This record gives sequence, structure tokens and C-alpha cells, in this order.
Amino acid sequence: MIETSLYEQVIIAGFGGQGVILAGKLLAQMAMTAGHEVTYMPSYGAEVRGGTANSMVVIADEPIAAPLVTIPDVAIILNAASFHKFTPHLKTGGLLILNSSMVQETVERDDIEVVAVPVDDIANNLDSPRSANMAAIGAYLQKHGLMNPDLAAQCLPDVLAQRYHKTIPVNTQAIQKGAEYVREHYS
Amino acid sequence: MSEKILMCGNEAMAEAAIRAGMDAYFGYPITPQNEVTAYMARRMPEEGRVFVQSESEIAAINMVFGASAVGARTMTSSSSPGISLMQEGISYLAGARLPAVVVNIMRGGPGLGNIAPSQSDYFQATRGGGHGDYRTIVLAPASVQELVEMMYLAFDLADLYRVTVVILGDGFLGQMMEPVDLDKRPAPRDLPVKDWALTGADGRKQNIVRSLWLQDGVLEEINLELQATYRQIEANEVLCEHYGTEDADFVLVSYGIMSRIVRSAVRKARCEGIKAGWIRPITLWPFPYEQINAVADEPRIFLTVEMSYGQMLDDVKLAVAGKCPVLFYGRAGGAVPTVEEVLGQIKKLAVPVA
Repeated sequence: MIETSLYEQVIIAGFGGQGVILAGKLLAQMAMTAGHEVTYMPSYGAEVRGGTANSMVVIADEPIAAPLVTIPDVAIILNAASFHKFTPHLKTGGLLILNSSMVQETVERDDIEVVAVPVDDIANNLDSPRSANMAAIGAYLQKHGLMNPDLAAQCLPDVLAQRYHKTIPVNTQAIQKGAEYVREHYS
Repeated sequence: MSEKILMCGNEAMAEAAIRAGMDAYFGYPITPQNEVTAYMARRMPEEGRVFVQSESEIAAINMVFGASAVGARTMTSSSSPGISLMQEGISYLAGARLPAVVVNIMRGGPGLGNIAPSQSDYFQATRGGGHGDYRTIVLAPASVQELVEMMYLAFDLADLYRVTVVILGDGFLGQMMEPVDLDKRPAPRDLPVKDWALTGADGRKQNIVRSLWLQDGVLEEINLELQATYRQIEANEVLCEHYGTEDADFVLVSYGIMSRIVRSAVRKARCEGIKAGWIRPITLWPFPYEQINAVADEPRIFLTVEMSYGQMLDDVKLAVAGKCPVLFYGRAGGAVPTVEEVLGQIKKLAVPVA
């Protein structure tokens, strides 16, 4: 399969409430702002209540055919259930961003790259437990270098409801801390 | 060039309907199209237009009937079980020759089914759905941008032919977000004056809107007029697109979101040296029988792929008219054929005969 140009399929997964939907929207908004083609598909409805929630983002330089991601290039995994669900499907040579605050499981695949980041701890240290998703996005952006973490901060106002705009500074910090962790431990 | 914004299909479609001049929206919430009703609830009052959250889907479609009868541009939206409830009203709209737009963001069935995306309402949408000899125009968008552009087209076609236009989407299309240009729209049609509408008969002959015709022979006349309109639609409004059909050994036929999955699979098959192509009906009624039939002039294998257990398959067979084999692959009830599965199906066909 020849795919010379950019074609990145990302799954962000966790349990309902961990902010995987918002994280996906942020990635999609960034990709659009950066001039890429993008599709974003959230899990919705009953799936989101309680069970695992996920969002799928495809970023490319050509119009995107299928918006559904079955074999992701990147999996950003925030809890153990999602780890078990999605890790086996990750593409060979793919990138696994793992929330090591919550996922203690051993990664048995040796054909993927694993970046373990304690995103809940990072968020808790900022007194903003709900910003763990942002730390994970920061880690991903730092690792893959597709888009700049600063762009994430710039796009937050577009994807956050007005009533949450007061959280933009702390979320920006979480993005930066996630990126910083990867710089310190994985470069 | 106008700026693109990131929107989910449901909200983008709602905004497009408003920009297309919709005067009144009636609806009852159901997943996976709740964002439409929620969006209309906020935006329609801002525009000083009519929004009603009805007590049921049956009420919603009959409110559409009322609004249409007085000449308003009107629509409702729902998902599969809700659309089933509306069928009586859609038949009445057809009988009374009232224009309307009905959006079906399909989910798994039968029954209440589930809320996962599906394409299992093809028969219902393309064969009329309710009682009587009638048709609805059925448009099947495959992207959020197309969903937007088709809203404009839907209202114009409804007014032009005085029929119901169904937008047949699915849960994916409603929920997914893509960059969209809301100002991009098809050229507006030249529309007749609604001289049949109930606008007050002061100074003119009274108009009557009804679907009950008991006098001898009158209903046949009405039916013949309807049929003439349908023939006109069939002649003028077929839309479809295709790729690689000039040299393809395998032609995949699919619509809506499924066509994008097929597109990916065909692209991968081509990379592996398999001559595959695809045809995508954009209007499901009128169906592109002639276009598909022409492709079947060469010996090829057709593979219809749907998120159902074989509904459009019947139309593809009618179109191919026995000239080539027509095979099927599909999953439904919330299951979705993946790119890899579809590619697997193509490869299975491409096994060289020893």
C-alpha cells in the first residue's frame, strides 16, 4: 500500500467523562486550522454513559474517504478497558500513548512504540483532574510532531463551550506539561 | 473563498435548512439526530421562525402537512423508528401534493433496534413507505459538506415537483464532524409560485388541499398526474458518480457513508493491482438504472455493499438486468463493514482461476 502523503488515523479512548470526545474535537479543529483535511467521529449515546467512549480522528492531505478507524496509526488510551479493546488493533509500527496513572497492564506487543505518560497525575498536580485528556494530547503532539502544542492552546476556544472558557489557561498548562513529560522521558 | 468551520452533520444540516429558507421545523427527539432538534430549538426563534417540539413523530409530520398547505417551507427530521411512525403522514403529503423535506438519520432496526448507524431503511425510503402509489425523492449524502448542499437542493426539488424529499443519512453522518463551507450551495432552481397554497381566498377561487377523492374517476386522474411528475423526476434528477469503471473487473456499488469505506477499499485494491471501481448512487430514487446498466455492457462482477442485508441490491440487479453477476456484502444491526473486510471481499473475487 503506497501512502506517501500524510494519512494519520487516531483513536482516543477512555471511559465516559475522561474527555475523549473533547480531545478528539481539539485534534480535529487543530488539523483544520493547520490546513489539513480532517474527519472526526465520536462514539455517541448509550455507549458514552459508563462504558468506553472513543473518538476517531483522521488527518490527511487528501480528501478522506473512510472516517472510520479500525486499524489506527495512533491510539491515545486513557483507561484499562480501552487498552484491552484497542491495543491489539494498532497498526504495526504504530504509536500507543498510554495513561500510566491508570493503566498498569504490560504491553505485550513489541512491534509498536509505547509512550507512557501519567496524565492523571499531571492533571492532579495542576489541581485540574479533568485536564488529563489535554495532557495526553500534549504528549501525542510532542511525540509525533505533526502539529505544534501551541496550536492546541490556540484552538481550545473553538472547541470549548463558552462556560468552560475559564478553564483554558489550566488546560493550556496541561497540554504543555504533557508535552514536557515526553520531552524529558522520550527524546 | 469562504471560511470552513468544523461541524457535525446534524448541526450543519440544520443550519443549511435555515439558510435554505425553511420557515417552520417540527420534530420529536430521537438519537442519533437529536442535535438537529436542539439546534433548531435555539436558532429558529432567533430567526423569528417557527420551531415546535411536537408530542410525537405523528404529530410532527402532520404539522409539516399543515405548514406546507399554507405555502411554508417546512421540514421534520427523525431516525428510523420515528420515520416509520411518519409514514401515514408522508402518504397524505403525496396525496395532497404538498412539498416537504424529511430527514432520516438511520439507526439499527427492526423495532426500536439500537442507536448505531445503519442503512436498513432503503426499502422504506425508496418504495414510498406508506400506502398508495407514490414516490419520494431520496438523496443520500456521503459527507457533511454534501449534507449541507443537499438541504438546499431538497427544498428546491420539493417545491419544484410538489413532492416529499427524503434525505437519507445515517448515524455516522449525523454525528461525525468535518470542515464545512456553509455558503457553498447548488444553483437555486427556478421555482413556480405556490398558487395552490391556502393563503386566504379573498378575491380568488378557493384552494382545497386534501387527499380524499371519492368521486368516480377523480383519484385515477390524480394518480396519473402524480405518475407524470415521477416520470419527469426520473428523467431530470438522477445523480450518481463513479470511479474506475472504464477498465474495472469488479464494480462496487454503495451509497452514503458506506461509499466512502468502499472508496478506500477500492483504492487499496488498485494499489495491489486489482482492477476495481465503484459506482455511487447519489439519488436513490430516482435510481441511476441507466448509468449502472451502461457499465454492465462489459463483462464484470458487481458487488453491492450496504449497512443492511441487501436492499439497494434489488435495484442494482434491476439496473444490471442479468448482464453481469451481482453479488452482495453487508452487515447491519450496528455492525459496519470495514475497509479491510470490503477489501477482503474484492480479493476473494480476484483470485485467479487456475
